[in-house]
Amino acid sequence: MRQYEVTFIVDPVLSGDEIKKTAKTYNDMISKEGGKIVNEDNLGLKQLAYPINKRSSGIYFCTEYQVESGDMIARMELAFRRDERVMRFLTVNLDKYGVKYNEDKRNGLIGTKKKNDKDEVKPDPSKKPPYKDKKAKPRATAPATPAPAPTPAAAAPAIATETITATEPTPVANVKSEEE
Amino acid sequence: MATRDEIKFLSNPTIGGQRKKYCRFKKFGIKHIDYKDPDFLLQFINDQGKILPRRITGNSLKYQKKVAIAIKRARHLALLPYVADLLK
Repeated sequence: MRQYEVTFIVDPVLSGDEIKKTAKTYNDMISKEGGKIVNEDNLGLKQLAYPINKRSSGIYFCTEYQVESGDMIARMELAFRRDERVMRFLTVNLDKYGVKYNEDKRNGLIGTKKKNDKDEVKPDPSKKPPYKDKKAKPRATAPATPAPAPTPAAAAPAIATETITATEPTPVANVKSEEE
Repeated sequence: MATRDEIKFLSNPTIGGQRKKYCRFKKFGIKHIDYKDPDFLLQFINDQGKILPRRITGNSLKYQKKVAIAIKRARHLALLPYVADLLK
């Protein structure tokens, strides 16, 4: 059983009831043809990136369904084309990764700044590159341990006097241990 | 003989070293690219709305093709523009 996803855009100037009726017509058509609806989604009113039929916004609907034979899709697309309330439509055949992705999305496993390794769409923003520049302010770099921080600070101003640099590292070390 | 600590350079010798380029889909195990997510796809288009080449984005061929298909679908559904100005 193949899983398909159809996204269509409905004219926004219609009344709310008309819009709901339009979406319902197509969802009913799917179930009447023997399809099993996995998910119905109203993505709501969105601004279009370019005007379609002289309109600058549209109501997006997305329906995911499973159906045995694919020939009802041709009939549905014909109905979309004839219907004046539908501005655009797109039918997509979902492969196994697409199916899994949609499932995870419905279960809330996909999103920004989630800690799950496998189900993430966006890379984990907490994976910061290791900050190697020790000459920069030692207080700013959180992962750096107190031990390396004072030594470059002492080594760098080699010309500076010993007494000044000797007092410098100890307050820095104290602050760092408090931070951590 | 100058020891390694004593040698000073005018600019950091590690500058100019290449950052390792990788395919973000292979690295993070992302298998499917959703065309309904324009915010994610914005990473792969330039400010004129054109699809960025693989050598810039670092994608592998397989995922670059998937990205391109997703962007074209998003353009068809008016989630992304075909032609744009100062998109970013």
